[in-house]
Amino acid sequence: MDNSKKQLISPDAADQLFKITTAVCALLAVAVMTGFFIQLSWSSIPAIKTFGFDFLFSSEWDPVKNLYGALPAIAGTLVTTAIAVIIAVPLSFIVAMFLVETAPPALSNMLSHAIDLLAAIPSIIYGMWGLFIFVPFMQTYVQPFLADTLHLSATPLFAGEYNGFGFLTSGIILAVMILPFICAVMRDVFRMVPPVLKESAFGAGATSWEVTLDITMRYGSRGLLGAIFLGLGRAVGETMAVLFVIGNVQKMPTSLYQAGTTISATLANNFAEAQGVFRSALFELGLILLAISFLIQVLAQFWLNRVSRQMGEK
Amino acid sequence: MIKRGLFYRKTINLAVTAASIMTVGLALLFMGWILYTVFDNGFRCFSWAFFTEPTKPYGIPDGGVANAVLGTIFITLGAVVIGVPPGLLGGIYLAEFAKGSRLGNVIRFSANVMMGIPSIIVGLFVYALMVYTTKSFSGLAGSVALSIIMFPVVLRTTEDMLMMVPDALRESALALGAPRWKATLNIICRAAKTGLMTGVLLAVARVSGETAPLLFTALCSDSWPSGYFTQPTSNLTITITEYATNSPFPEMHARAWGAALIITAAILILNISCRLLFKDSKHGK
Repeated sequence: MDNSKKQLISPDAADQLFKITTAVCALLAVAVMTGFFIQLSWSSIPAIKTFGFDFLFSSEWDPVKNLYGALPAIAGTLVTTAIAVIIAVPLSFIVAMFLVETAPPALSNMLSHAIDLLAAIPSIIYGMWGLFIFVPFMQTYVQPFLADTLHLSATPLFAGEYNGFGFLTSGIILAVMILPFICAVMRDVFRMVPPVLKESAFGAGATSWEVTLDITMRYGSRGLLGAIFLGLGRAVGETMAVLFVIGNVQKMPTSLYQAGTTISATLANNFAEAQGVFRSALFELGLILLAISFLIQVLAQFWLNRVSRQMGEK
Repeated sequence: MIKRGLFYRKTINLAVTAASIMTVGLALLFMGWILYTVFDNGFRCFSWAFFTEPTKPYGIPDGGVANAVLGTIFITLGAVVIGVPPGLLGGIYLAEFAKGSRLGNVIRFSANVMMGIPSIIVGLFVYALMVYTTKSFSGLAGSVALSIIMFPVVLRTTEDMLMMVPDALRESALALGAPRWKATLNIICRAAKTGLMTGVLLAVARVSGETAPLLFTALCSDSWPSGYFTQPTSNLTITITEYATNSPFPEMHARAWGAALIITAAILILNISCRLLFKDSKHGK
């Protein structure tokens, strides 16, 4: 009894206070997320008023006349992301399969850590390595090989001059960057498949590729989809790695060898000089990027939650 | 169902296994290539002056990156001070008060989504919030941007780590008559201490290499970071960007590599020590 007199507030009130404080902090996540949308929408109002819906479909980019269109940046973002995902998804899938099914545990553990470290390297390092090492490498070896040796220059995808910069190089660097992310999630999904299922398939004589294809992929399809969307989300918004190697020209992509731009590269490249409507147009580009990545993340979370709930029930 | 011969199936299996080993090799090759380039080029420009002198204005071939190192440390520490406490407290809420509750799920969901929002968007947001309103770039704005990126990471790892503490510990603390807040802070958080520290350090490692959000907030400068609260503050990543892209001078490229090595080495050391720390604590139990 003596003790309670000394306390300024009763234990119950202290507990309530504690609960409310922690709840407020946790709610910051929702508040900031909403704040992103409100702030970016607010800042893009002048551009929306000036250009309307045409902004989305115009490929004009003329700071002198103050005319801006988002189409080249949006198209560039989609092209680089598509290249990255097409390369990284199948590769992450077989790497995850190797780590879970084939490799001995000690080796698998070591390789997992190594691949996680690949994810830890900051994007600016990828960008710098891309600019000084990978762009010349693409120019001297990969691009001539694809264009001349394989005669792919006849197809529109690989047509035109090449100098190492452009969509293909950006896409490949993005693929290297997102591979560890997709791989880590796929690894977890592979591990979630109940051993009984796998073992019965092995017992029935299936090879490990058949087990992966027919058991793991069916069972964990939602999780795998979630993993792909997580990788997609990273590739869509990546700035520095792309900025250094894409070439930064406001042009619609016609060939993979061509230089272009993405939403984030346009932002990083122009924001410092931009004033007035130009700046507002950049904010609107940011809003578009936010909406795209929000959608991707929501889908990713949806699929991943479904898969963990499915595991929880069993 | 198509029936296929055993030979065919085994060949396919072998081919896929070979492809997967090659892909692992390829991933490691890229990692080795990148790290080798950074270490090789970076070490070459390491000298006493490189670590003690500030950056010089554009075009002057000598000078160091000492101010940028200090600035990065300031900005990152600032981010820790702003972002970690709400992250920890919010994580406590999710783990202790919101297990399976609707509000908890909404918060978890937005934190997960927030982790995937491109960092450049965070930069734009903080620019509009702080730089535009105060009319000046500042290191503080950079810290706020980084803290927004850290926050959901700390929030989710804190929750995960606290969930790993056995319920028996909670119940015994409460049974002894400890109020909830005391039980949480003194017993449960202490039990999960290593995990919480690992989470914070990993979040630090994640943001210390960020460039895009600093582009719109902290910017860059050649002075020492004394104007952290009111002026553009120099930092390693923007310095790298400036030196690598906006300059034709090989001396500046060399210094960009040096700065790249500092940041890469710091992040790798943070990451590896986190893993060791967490592994040791797991074995100790």
